[in-house]
Amino acid sequence: MFKILKKEELGPGMILMEIEAPYVAKSVEPGQFVIVRVDEKGERIPLTIADFDREFGKITIVFQEIGKTTHLLNSKKEGESIVDVVGPLGNKTEIESFGKVVCIGGGIGVAPIFPIVRKLKSKGNEVISIVGYRSKSYVFWEEKMKRESSNLLIATNDGTYGEKGFVTDILKKVLSSNSDIRRVFTIGPVVMMKAVSDLTRDRKIKTIASLNSLMVCGMGMCGACRVMVGGETKFTCADGPDFDAHVVDFDSLAKRLAVYKEEEKVSFDNWKESEKV
Amino acid sequence: MSINKIQTRMKEQLPEERRKNFSEVPLGYTKEEALIEASRCLQCLTRPCINGCPVQINIPGFIKAIKEENFEIAIEIIHESDLLPAVTGRVCPQEEQCQVVCIMGKAGEPVGIGRLERFIADWDLERRKKGEVRLPKKAEPRGKKIAVIGSGPAGLSCAVDLIKMGYEVTMFEAFHTSGGVLTYGIPEFRLPKAIVNEEIAFLDKLGVKRIFDYLVGRTSTIEELFKSGFSAIFIGSGAGLPQFMHIPGENLGGIYSANEFLTRVNLMKAYKFPDYDTPIKHGKRVAVIGGGNVAMDSARTALRLGAEHVYLIYRRSREEMPARLEEVIHAEEEGIEFLLLTNPVRYIGNENGLVQQVECLKMKLGEGDVSGRRRPIPIEGSEFKIDIDQAIVAVGTNPNPIIALTTKGLKTGRHGEIWADENGQTSVPGVFAGGDIVTGAATVITAMGAGRNAAKSIERYIKGELT
Ligand SMILES: Cc1cc2nc3c(=O)[nH]c(=O)nc-3n(C[C@H](O)[C@H](O)[C@H](O)COP(=O)(O)OP(=O)(O)OC[C@H]3O[C@@H](n4cnc5c(N)ncnc54)[C@H](O)[C@@H]3O)c2cc1C
Ligand SMILES: Cc1cc2nc3c(=O)[nH]c(=O)nc-3n(C[C@H](O)[C@H](O)[C@H](O)COP(=O)(O)OP(=O)(O)OC[C@H]3O[C@@H](n4cnc5c(N)ncnc54)[C@H](O)[C@@H]3O)c2cc1C
Ligand code: SF4
Ligand code: SF4
Ligand code: FES
Repeated sequence: MFKILKKEELGPGMILMEIEAPYVAKSVEPGQFVIVRVDEKGERIPLTIADFDREFGKITIVFQEIGKTTHLLNSKKEGESIVDVVGPLGNKTEIESFGKVVCIGGGIGVAPIFPIVRKLKSKGNEVISIVGYRSKSYVFWEEKMKRESSNLLIATNDGTYGEKGFVTDILKKVLSSNSDIRRVFTIGPVVMMKAVSDLTRDRKIKTIASLNSLMVCGMGMCGACRVMVGGETKFTCADGPDFDAHVVDFDSLAKRLAVYKEEEKVSFDNWKESEKV
Repeated sequence: MSINKIQTRMKEQLPEERRKNFSEVPLGYTKEEALIEASRCLQCLTRPCINGCPVQINIPGFIKAIKEENFEIAIEIIHESDLLPAVTGRVCPQEEQCQVVCIMGKAGEPVGIGRLERFIADWDLERRKKGEVRLPKKAEPRGKKIAVIGSGPAGLSCAVDLIKMGYEVTMFEAFHTSGGVLTYGIPEFRLPKAIVNEEIAFLDKLGVKRIFDYLVGRTSTIEELFKSGFSAIFIGSGAGLPQFMHIPGENLGGIYSANEFLTRVNLMKAYKFPDYDTPIKHGKRVAVIGGGNVAMDSARTALRLGAEHVYLIYRRSREEMPARLEEVIHAEEEGIEFLLLTNPVRYIGNENGLVQQVECLKMKLGEGDVSGRRRPIPIEGSEFKIDIDQAIVAVGTNPNPIIALTTKGLKTGRHGEIWADENGQTSVPGVFAGGDIVTGAATVITAMGAGRNAAKSIERYIKGELT
């Protein structure tokens, strides 16, 4: 059992949890994730480790309430436990002294990009961070991000905070005023990562996307998470989750994410019914 | 009294019944049936059956004990060599192992060795459930800690032997429950999970410490395990990496590896969705690719989830199928449609990326290859398409590479299998390995044998007798 040490609402349906998971905390590196199962009948879902404290043996996850499992997770209170937290899974993000880099987080994706930004900075990189949210009430970790970035640029879709528009609108400007960007890191919705990748491809700036395929095992034994990268089948959990965005087939990724739409609806409707009772 | 030429039949659920449920298919022998079958054994002086068994169970010995109704002695004899007889009695490919060499098979059917093994193991489990069994004696504590990685048949049997020898044993498992393939792979209708759980409860009673959600290689490395105080390590991490055919369309929605399909159903209980949260597609027209046990299990599971047509697509002929004969017969009886000498070449999907058709080629058999099996050759121009809404790929697995990739100096073979010598010792001192991770996908009984062999070697290593 894994105890929830702290719980905090970061914005509408955006939850932060600190979880006691000493083994995971001990070896995690930025870019890695855990697979979580809330209770005995629960599904296994992947969540990126957004922060960690090796000394106190705890990790931080930040998640968006989407369907049954994320709602179920949010129904757990501080002090309660969840049955499984496996990890750290996946490969750590490759971080060196690149020079000037751009990190782009969209929505809930801001949380997992944070430890990457922090480590990039500690390796002496100049980090321009671009974060995008739906609206002002969704903005979180602004201070944290600002602290670790050389420059933090914020976009909201409705213009209620920062610049109006998408992260890619800001990225376009950043790319045209900086010719020395060595690498781009991006985590967020598939459409966003695809758009980012389209912008950097022509300029030949190596771009790393952290993919969010559906998963079951998280350790390379089921193939649920397979994606096409450079014409080859890769397992996101074992070969990734970071891949060269320029050769990822984002369209097939998006289609595979939608495979269980009907079942997810059934599951969620059941959940809402049971909540009413 | 003349001896029956044929094996005493075991009662089974009827095909039209069982294809709708997940309960076990063969129902076991009654005592009377077991006694009749036991009396068919000739107690041959040459005992060829013993050498047919990978762990060399004293088969005539335990059968004689059954015949004399000394059931306690019978189970003791089996336990000397086989710690999981309730499992092996059900899933061993007996027709290629102990039974193929049985003298009785020369002029009729061989003795039902597996069935008798199952009978006596089930008798023992009943006894255990009632608390009528004393735990085996453990040797004096040795003050040494051993780590066992993986809780499949290899890990389970290694752990049991080591704890009996007096070691402190900690078992690390990546999933949330023990059993390996016995739990996530082989379906309930072939191996009831209650049996597996009973065997595992035994482990707990003996005092094996079990840690779950711990993926060695990621959660910590082998090197770190040594640093945390283990004197030796056994790796029994299995062959869990599914192979695909790398043909067009294989990543469409609705196409699963057998591992994913069976894990969703068995481990995550997707057949009880939405009571359980993990979903699975209930295909109506399902193609299963492959001809081994894994393919049979997938096909029969798909049927039980409500499929109207399940096509088993295999590129060789029925004779070459590697599956246990009993499973092939069961599958046929249940209405699985075999498309033999057929090979898929691509999948076709709809605009939402869901599979709709599989295109296949007809094959013919050519010359024998190195394995002695005749090689399938495509027949040009024989393409045809089948409408499907689900496909399950069961064309084999490779060892999971995570441990090998994260352990310095660990020698591996061509397919990523960990190299080990006849003692189960790997190229890294103090690290032993056995089961599917060493041999590639094999059988429960060979994995178990390897686990026990490694336990013996670990004892010698600790004593300084192995270098
Ligand atoms: C490596 C990895 C890291 C992730 N990290 C985070 C994280 O830090 N925070 C976070 O909030 N989410 C993260 N996700 C996504 C998260 O796993 C899903 O949101 C979650 O599984 C949804 O479960 P559910 O039962 O609530 O919704 P479901 O009912 O399963 O899904 C509802 C809808 O959400 C979408 N969805 C489902 N699964 C995913 C997924 N894996 N990725 C994207 N969309 C999905 C689907 O389109 C689906 O229709 C990560 C995914 C991966 C693969
Ligand atoms: C569907 C199916 C049907 C089969 N049918 C039969 C049959 O009828 N008869 C027969 O004899 N054989 C059958 N087999 C084969 C048989 O099950 C295997 O040969 C046997 O289980 C191998 O045992 P093992 O202990 O080596 O590995 P496994 O049973 O694979 O167990 C390995 C365990 O290690 C865990 N693990 C892996 N990596 C790590 C890690 N890094 N850290 C921690 N834990 C880890 C896994 O989660 C797993 O629990 C079948 C296999 C399958 C898949
Ligand atoms: S373990 Fe398997 S091969 Fe050995 S006697 Fe039993 S059924 Fe036969
Ligand atoms: S070969 Fe057959 S008949 Fe002979 S001892 Fe073995 S089981 Fe009995
Ligand atoms: S989630 Fe199972 S292989 Fe990646």
